[in-house]
Amino acid sequence: MDSQLGLIEQSFNNRYTLWVHEALDELPDSFTITDPSISGHPIVFASRGFLKMSGFSRAEIIGRNGRMFQGPRTNRRTIMEIREAIREERPIEVNLLNYKKDGTPFWMLFKMSLVFGKEDGRATHFVAVQVPIVSRKHMRNSGMSYSEDGGGSRLREIVFGSCRREVCSDSLLDLDRVLALDSDDTGLEIEDSCEASDLEKRKAATAIDNILSVLTHYSQLTGRLVCGKRCSLPGMGFISSSLYISLGRIKQSFVLIDPHLPDMPMVYASDAFLKLTGYDRNEVVGQNCRFLNGVDTDTTVLYQIKESIRTEQACTVRILNYRKDKSSFWNLLHISPIRNASGKIAYFAAVHTEEGCRNQDRHGLSLEMRQLSAIGAIKVAVRSLSMGAGPSKS
Amino acid sequence: MMLRIKRVPTVVSNYQKEETEEAAAAARRVSGCGRNCLNKCCIQGAKLPLYAFKRVNKFKTEMGVHGHEVREPEPPVAFLDSLVLGEWEDRVQRGLFRYDVTACETKVIPGQYGFIAQLNEGRHLKKRPTEFRVDKVLQPFDGNKFNFTKVGQEEVLFQFEASEDGEVQFHPSAPIDVENSPSVVAINVSPIEYGHVLLIPRVLECLPQRIDRDSFLLALYMAAEAGNPYFRLGYNSLGAFATINHLHFQAYYMALPFPIEKAPTKKIISTGSGVKISELLNYPVRGLVFEGGNFLEDLSNTVSDACICLQENNIPYNVLIADCGKRIFLLPQCYAEKQALGEVSSELLDTQVNPAVWEISGHMVLKRNKDYEEASEENAWRLLAEVSLSEERYQEVNALIFEAIARGDDANGGVAESVIGEADAKPKSRGEVDAINKNSCPAMASGTPECLVLQ
Repeated sequence: MDSQLGLIEQSFNNRYTLWVHEALDELPDSFTITDPSISGHPIVFASRGFLKMSGFSRAEIIGRNGRMFQGPRTNRRTIMEIREAIREERPIEVNLLNYKKDGTPFWMLFKMSLVFGKEDGRATHFVAVQVPIVSRKHMRNSGMSYSEDGGGSRLREIVFGSCRREVCSDSLLDLDRVLALDSDDTGLEIEDSCEASDLEKRKAATAIDNILSVLTHYSQLTGRLVCGKRCSLPGMGFISSSLYISLGRIKQSFVLIDPHLPDMPMVYASDAFLKLTGYDRNEVVGQNCRFLNGVDTDTTVLYQIKESIRTEQACTVRILNYRKDKSSFWNLLHISPIRNASGKIAYFAAVHTEEGCRNQDRHGLSLEMRQLSAIGAIKVAVRSLSMGAGPSKS
Repeated sequence: MMLRIKRVPTVVSNYQKEETEEAAAAARRVSGCGRNCLNKCCIQGAKLPLYAFKRVNKFKTEMGVHGHEVREPEPPVAFLDSLVLGEWEDRVQRGLFRYDVTACETKVIPGQYGFIAQLNEGRHLKKRPTEFRVDKVLQPFDGNKFNFTKVGQEEVLFQFEASEDGEVQFHPSAPIDVENSPSVVAINVSPIEYGHVLLIPRVLECLPQRIDRDSFLLALYMAAEAGNPYFRLGYNSLGAFATINHLHFQAYYMALPFPIEKAPTKKIISTGSGVKISELLNYPVRGLVFEGGNFLEDLSNTVSDACICLQENNIPYNVLIADCGKRIFLLPQCYAEKQALGEVSSELLDTQVNPAVWEISGHMVLKRNKDYEEASEENAWRLLAEVSLSEERYQEVNALIFEAIARGDDANGGVAESVIGEADAKPKSRGEVDAINKNSCPAMASGTPECLVLQ
């Protein structure tokens, strides 16, 4: 956990400098910034306005996923829409019911936008502005449309019996009385849908502009420029942010190797792999796996690995590998081809496990089973996320 | 008149092919039929992994004390999820499947909804078309036909049951308690996507394909336990393209939203136990969406009651359990009936697509390269439009469903509300407010006035 918080701080400061926090805090708006490249797609920044609105402290939020604000009455379809927008790396604006720390639900306009790295075109951060929607009287009265639509009214009569007529009657007085019964101060009986006003939409748009201009400005100080529009197409070996998010959920130590690039470099390394081997991500991504081998590594095993890659077959071997600090360990290595949506091999996944470390997880799943489950999860992620989604309904 | 259609049955088990020879073989042998199946001949002393889930309400815990999810900062892959994936991949590497489904080409069809097409030329080979009766949703179990007691034990991934002591439990190798008739999860050897499995409730009881409250709750628990919105369960009734009359649900992974999940909905009502029922809008197949509920059981019972009503009225239907069990789609259909009556165009029939739950949800498995190349939203829509009931019939069927739900809700209303009462400190729930309403109008079935029109 601590190491993740360190990672979050480092990743944010390295791109925008330490001073960006102050500048962002000067903005009055309520917003969060998340980083898809960190496991769990966590919140890496939350504005003062957001803390005030949600009732959480910064420490309670940083490192968590945005889903922590959802509750039982949050619309599931809206959550799916946001998930899709993240997967497809596109902005989205929806009305969302979120929950404060004290459990109060509240409607807000949720507007999400992306920040791209200028040099590589990667989606580096997602910015989500949240503008509270001021409840307006007419929304309650829209209940009158209930009796207008023809289709289902017969059904309702069956279900509700005579009591419904009271509600359906055209007297506003009656309606208010029934609704008054529903309302209580915790707001639990909140509306099922809510529409933001133009003013609220403009407010959200302005907030996004302001945040992007702060981020752009501070990224110039580090030379790692970002922009609000993707200005270069990611090159070979690129892992999309959505694949990053999916792979980040897999806790095993593994890497993805791209067999189509010269010298078959690693294009992804999991947190657990970095922990096992002692390397930083930027030291291994782009490199061939051979740096893990050393003087006592058995060359026949290396040949075996090569053969399995050549014949596109899965294999399990026991191999002596070396950490960054030169210490060696017996690695139970499982390698499997991973196919994309076209059915072609996109990667080889290599799951690394140190022999002798706890053989079972807390539920008693064997080491072999955990390795295979990682392979399964990788196969699902790579296959589904390469299906080349057409323009999605939004 | 009896309505039948001819279709190629799906081979879900490696022991499905030699159906006739094996019965004779079983009779000859003393110690087992030689296939290591789930029947009496082989089951003695057999062991399988056992996953026991916590019988608590997932939805309730999610509310937490403060109304937000209390969770780890980065939710790792849930345990059941990794169990399914790991055991499935193990069977891949043991070569139990008829083909590698990840080598089958698949794509999202451009358009508003993003229908998903897969080219699967191998799934239906080597099997002759068989006649299926499609005008009876409930048919008695027939032990002479293929059923899941005949699958090999190696095709079974694990036993799935409620935990005795209320904690999640896993035993890598647990004896099969024949007396207790375990529910099991088995592979489908003709998968349509990665992780395609079958959940077979109380497999040894040989229940026919027919929803009951307990079995449906089990399926819902599986979705909730897996905790992965991309692991969905589906159900096909007889007459709605189930080919095996032995109670089972299907499930697989697809890390994309299904078109049906994207379709806008309009709320119709909330039941007394807080289950919100909506109808699909702008989707080729008419159907209902069930969400919420104060407890997992509320949602489960409401949907089961609707299903039971449909099957008792001989109306074929499909069910999709999506979003970790939080959203359930119920779709009555009439395609097989139309097909039997010769009312489906030859153009559609030629594609040999059987519109079962996955196709209706927007995942089309195509057998011919030509259909895959020409796949379009329009074509998918045209097929699914034939699956749907007419507006008139749909309204009739809905009336039956809502009547059944109101009856079931009334019968259980008291129980649900007394449970809510225990969680004191909580503000008045909808159920309680309804209870108040109910007292003033005794004749009314429980339900919440829906005064807001969605979208």
